[in-house]
Amino acid sequence: MKKPFAITLDVGSSLANKTGSWRTERPMYVDRLPPCNASCPSGENIQRWLFLAEEGDYEGAWREIMVNNPLPAIMGRVCYHPCEGGCNRAQLDHPVGIHAVERFLGDEAIRRGWRVEVGSPPTGKRVLIVGAGPSGLSCAYHLARMGHGVTILEAGPMAGGMMRFAIPKYRLPREIVDAEIQRIVEMGVEIRLNQKVTDLEATRREGGYDAVFLAVGAHIAKRAYLPAGDATKILDALSLLREAERGEQVLLGRRVLIYGGGNTALDAARSAKRLGAAETIVVYRRTRERMPAHDEEVREALDEGVMFRWLTTIKGEQGGSFQVEKMALDGEGRPQPTGEFDTIEADALVLALGQDVDLSFLGSVPGLAVEDGVVRVGRDMMTGCRGVFAGGDMVPAERTVTVAVGHGKKAARNIDAFLSDTTYTAPEKHELATFDRINTWYYADAPRTMQVTLERARRESTFEEVVQGLEESNALFEARRCLSCGNCFECDNCFGVCPDNAISKLGRHNRYGINYDYCKGCGLCAAECPCGAIRMEPEST
Amino acid sequence: MEAATNGQTVGPARVRFYQTGTFTVGNRLLDVSVQSVQSDPRRNNSLNSGHRACQGCGEALGARYALDAAMRATKNRIVVANATGCLEVFSTPYPESSWRVPWLHSLFGNAPAVATGIAAALKVKGKDDVRVVAQGGDGGTVDIGFGCLSGMFERNDDVLYICYDNEAYMNTGVQRSSATPAGAKTNTTPGVGEEPGNVFGQGKSVPLIAMAHGIPYVATASVADLRDLEYKVQKAMGLHGARYIHVHVPCPLGWGSAPSDTIRVARLAIESGLFPVFEAEWGEVTGRRRIRDLVPAQAYLEAQGRFRHLFGKHPDTRRIAWIQDIANRNIRRFGLLDEGVQS
Repeated sequence: MKKPFAITLDVGSSLANKTGSWRTERPMYVDRLPPCNASCPSGENIQRWLFLAEEGDYEGAWREIMVNNPLPAIMGRVCYHPCEGGCNRAQLDHPVGIHAVERFLGDEAIRRGWRVEVGSPPTGKRVLIVGAGPSGLSCAYHLARMGHGVTILEAGPMAGGMMRFAIPKYRLPREIVDAEIQRIVEMGVEIRLNQKVTDLEATRREGGYDAVFLAVGAHIAKRAYLPAGDATKILDALSLLREAERGEQVLLGRRVLIYGGGNTALDAARSAKRLGAAETIVVYRRTRERMPAHDEEVREALDEGVMFRWLTTIKGEQGGSFQVEKMALDGEGRPQPTGEFDTIEADALVLALGQDVDLSFLGSVPGLAVEDGVVRVGRDMMTGCRGVFAGGDMVPAERTVTVAVGHGKKAARNIDAFLSDTTYTAPEKHELATFDRINTWYYADAPRTMQVTLERARRESTFEEVVQGLEESNALFEARRCLSCGNCFECDNCFGVCPDNAISKLGRHNRYGINYDYCKGCGLCAAECPCGAIRMEPEST
Repeated sequence: MEAATNGQTVGPARVRFYQTGTFTVGNRLLDVSVQSVQSDPRRNNSLNSGHRACQGCGEALGARYALDAAMRATKNRIVVANATGCLEVFSTPYPESSWRVPWLHSLFGNAPAVATGIAAALKVKGKDDVRVVAQGGDGGTVDIGFGCLSGMFERNDDVLYICYDNEAYMNTGVQRSSATPAGAKTNTTPGVGEEPGNVFGQGKSVPLIAMAHGIPYVATASVADLRDLEYKVQKAMGLHGARYIHVHVPCPLGWGSAPSDTIRVARLAIESGLFPVFEAEWGEVTGRRRIRDLVPAQAYLEAQGRFRHLFGKHPDTRRIAWIQDIANRNIRRFGLLDEGVQS
């Protein structure tokens, strides 16, 4: 070939120069565990469903929730959202209102009639579930999706358990509960109401069940001995809530005392207000900070005019007047009597001192161990009796709907493994996506969307839902506040900032690829990744 | 942030209420028409892989950002003249070339004159759809090529000149240029003695000098703000006559910063006020990029080895304060903290 003057080599592209050989560290795409997911008792992949929701793919987002939790509309209302407590965005402005978006998605699903199909062929196995509360329903849903036959025996007249009989309507409207339960029933789960199991072994044998999941909840109110006359009405919080639920006339009088400091105490206090009590006073032996009730509930109760007497115990009653003693916290934060007494006039006293589990039907189950009034289970949720699993309020754990739903899922996975004679091993958890991995520069300022609350006058007299849902526009906004901690959200930063064009886009939802022929390992992609989804790893020599 | 009330937009379109706004390179929630050039999988990659720039090179990044934007703005009709410097050396070791644009190199000091010649030749040939871009580092632009550049400006030749400013002669081993900032250590301004680092009170601002020529468009930009950079290149390609864009590009080698810190360092320069980002038309400042998260100059200085002699056991508080004064002056002079200014 004839070359121009002084040119001896063919002209070529620099692509011949593989600069990847310079590299001492290589970037790797990773998925880290977002703190919301890490703190969700139901094990939802929150980051993932927010990712879909922020694209406006509400059905996709809802289906992602349904992978782990069959009750999004309920959960978005009653879950105490530990996810938001973990949210990294709190360190930037405010946590993402995850519960509000979940509720929006759950309501959207009900409105549009989205259904879940049973994903697997029938296995021919049959599982008995005792109790149609959140834990039992969750377990039934997951087992049904795996192709197992499920029968739930429920002692009460309606399914829902404590979601129906302990959580008041103003927090959880019943049509929501009905709709989400109905969806599970339509998947082929049989719920038999008014079927109290009295002898588990017999029921299991007669029905020919291959496995059992116990989820009876805790609904025997704890009592305290109080010397009292006949003039005053004393009842427990669960009966009050149950009667209110059934629409029965509850005569409480003008002034009602609630004794206890848990969520049930506040539900009872707020319900008493709605049932006509002019004054409700929560009497609790410790301080607000040490109250087991969630702060949000305390705040809403205060908004509604519920009064509190901290550091106080009730000693007895005489002629419509309660004798109370002032308490003081000792060095370890425990309340100690001070010997100072006082009296409070009241027409009724509601005891909200906690609940016990009715374990009488477990009498003859071999191997099943009970400790501190709850059933002992292993890491696989199995009791001491082979094939009998338990979850929810009747096993040692925090007693919330979300924990119960999580137990149901976990038990279902282990029951499924048990039915095929294997063991379930949970996939390894990713490393936590901590706040220091977030490159906060890239996130626009966006304060949290507030949910509208019902005005006070209506809250004091009716059982209408207090907290309203989000509209689509602000649910979308709220979803888009997610930082997507530790999981790529396809912002193109790595693709853009690579000085060596070593990163390529693989198309929507397929993320990116790295061409190690040219990547020099500068680490710009990792440093400028907003959410910390790229890790630099030393090259092996 | 939003369109100015007088109907003129004062910067690139910014979208509110999305997860990351437009701070990231892309945003999957945005319509394709408002996405950045760099987020486009079919972008030109004007500077191809295999170039020999150091790891984390700000100049290589800046050149691709700018030329890809120019290519899109002209539907791939540009010719590029390149001054001698890192950019030329690392991209074209004989017989390889990393350029995916018509590109030619002549001497260290004459890129503006070469570009003027190309523009004249295109005019003679009647090819008015082909546009000319000249580019160089700070050495080729503010020192060696300065006479040619000023001539190109005063004649208002139809050329966009882009200077990638890494604040010293990096290619030859980090020697001071007239763009080296006060106090910075280079191999000709060592960080020792009575007056360590580059002498205070020297150097010049070529963007301001360019404005003094009264040319149609002058802008400063940074690799730390892609959307702003692309907006300015696109705007410049929509105008005729002499135009000048001065892009701040950190050099990990010469600045003693981590290769992974290139964008962070450039961002700190903007956010401290030490590198004011603005644009000017016909000699008047018409827009500035507002500081979003003000940081002290010290945060910028500490990220770089070339200012290390100011810190340590006995910090040189006097010189640090002088540098802060420079930042404060920029903030005041360009209104970098003013309300109602785009950020």
